[in-house]
Amino acid sequence: MSLWDHLPVLVVIVPLLAGPLCVLVERPLAAWGVALVAAWLSFAAAIVLAMQVADTGTISYELGGWAPPWGIEYRIDTLGSYVLLIVTAIPALVLVAAKESVVSEVPEPLIARFYGAFMLAFAGLAGIVATGDAFNVFVFLEISSLSSYALISMGKDRRALTSAFEYLVMGTIGATFILIGIGFLYMMTGTLNMQDLAARLPAVSDTRTVRAGFAFLTVGIGLKLAMFPLHLWLPNAYAYAPSAVTAFLAATATKVAVYALLRFLFGVFGFEFALLEMPFDDILMILGLAGILTASLVAVFQEDIKRMLAYSSVAQIGYMVLGISLASTTGVIATTLHLFNHALMKGALFLALGAVMYRIGGVSLRDFAGLGRRMPWTMAAIVIGGLSLIGVPPTAGFITKWYLVLGTVEQGLWPVAVLVLIGSLLALLYVWKLVEAAYFEPVPKGAATVREAPWSMLLPIWLLVGANIYFGIHTEVTVGLATQAANELMGLQP
Amino acid sequence: MSFLPGIFNYLVVVFLMMAGFYVVIAQGNLVKKLVGLGLFQTSVFILYITMGNLAGGQAPIVAEGLTLYSSPLPHVLILTAIVVGVATTAVGLALVVRIHEAYGSVEEDEIHAEDLADDKAMSDADSADKARDGE
Repeated sequence: MSLWDHLPVLVVIVPLLAGPLCVLVERPLAAWGVALVAAWLSFAAAIVLAMQVADTGTISYELGGWAPPWGIEYRIDTLGSYVLLIVTAIPALVLVAAKESVVSEVPEPLIARFYGAFMLAFAGLAGIVATGDAFNVFVFLEISSLSSYALISMGKDRRALTSAFEYLVMGTIGATFILIGIGFLYMMTGTLNMQDLAARLPAVSDTRTVRAGFAFLTVGIGLKLAMFPLHLWLPNAYAYAPSAVTAFLAATATKVAVYALLRFLFGVFGFEFALLEMPFDDILMILGLAGILTASLVAVFQEDIKRMLAYSSVAQIGYMVLGISLASTTGVIATTLHLFNHALMKGALFLALGAVMYRIGGVSLRDFAGLGRRMPWTMAAIVIGGLSLIGVPPTAGFITKWYLVLGTVEQGLWPVAVLVLIGSLLALLYVWKLVEAAYFEPVPKGAATVREAPWSMLLPIWLLVGANIYFGIHTEVTVGLATQAANELMGLQP
Repeated sequence: MSFLPGIFNYLVVVFLMMAGFYVVIAQGNLVKKLVGLGLFQTSVFILYITMGNLAGGQAPIVAEGLTLYSSPLPHVLILTAIVVGVATTAVGLALVVRIHEAYGSVEEDEIHAEDLADDKAMSDADSADKARDGE
């Protein structure tokens, strides 16, 4: 076997090994270098994998040479390769910007360990996407969660500690629920391989055990997903974590949870059971809409911009959940597209906030007064990211809103389409608040002169902003991949 | 095993799980919360071990005349889950130590009160700033 055949596992192994290596080399700069190289290697592997999957279809990798269903199988299909791309691209870009921002926000002796935990979280997230084994999902989920608790607790404010603890309690309950759910499925089918589960479940799907397993799994993933009303851990965790961590987690962690939900709903239970037999589509729709409206409304009244964007994340997750609840191909396309596009916009926005934090030292609304003149490039990036968040053409955000509204109208759910648009209007309100402060308020008297953010931060921010515009105009790649992924999930042949 | 109904172990699981869950929710002390969380996780271990067991089953070792044995897979899975549980408790306790250093308390309500005091001090400083700007 050549190296190319091992790519599915290399995407996960490279960051996993880089984690302890970062701690061993100890010096901050060297640790950063190790992390950066590993992240870009993993990203390159994900790109090659995506091309392989496009060429030859689903890749199945037998871990250690043990054939599934006895051994653990890594399985990369179109959806997997698509999510892997974004999960590896974001940390690769965040790490470029992290060098400066981490030095200013994390105490020096902790920096090597910071990168160690960062790479472990990265490996865990990539593992959830790559694996085709239900129990492996739980293990990787805990790897990524445990390291993200540590990452969040490294924030400057002491409240980072309490919010990390809160997340630890909620996250552990969620992960344990997932473990119970997987246990119930194993009890009925005697297998942990997802393909095998999907083949054996229909025969026993009428039992209470499988239904209970389904309930445990979805609630557990819902906690990890920060699906309304299980989102309580998210705003604090995102608001007090170091900026680089917020950008990384906001763009990848919840996306991977959405992926896991899609995988279990469509790939394991099958959508007839999950959404039609159980009343789960109605539940998801109500929760999705409630999430969009309440979280957007709360976001409008936030003074701390990091927290505002965190609430906006909860709302955006609502859009993804809504897409799933439509139980149609268009709905799933909207969800997969939004998963990708939201990672692009939130990655750019939180990185830009990191740059503001680096230069100004705070990200509450009054720190933004007159910022349009003091840091023009950073602020311009925030505005474009904000436009994408609202869904203004020609940004990527528009494409997902388009498919979501299309999906609702297809099924004649006009009120839902109207609510989606109201959600966008609320997004306009909170983005406008920021624009108003930055461009129409004077620079506070006596404020120190501030320079533009260093290029190592501007470069990844603008790459992500550029991607937002690029994927808003050239939709063939993302929509093509999302359509194919949706067809595979819904069991249709492309 | 004949004197116990087949669901006895599952009743134990449910009792432990709910007891742990209750402690997590009801206790204000962060260490006690972690104890509850540990109980909650441990109950799942029993659930897995129970489902792998067979009445009269032996340990899964290759030996002469051994035909009926328990499924070894749940045990292996639970070994992994135990490691995860230990790691969670370790990270949680480390956080509690840091919280104690930062706040001087591990009681939820006291920590919350300190946070509120911080907020108030900050908004007071803000309004003082604004008043000065107005002059």
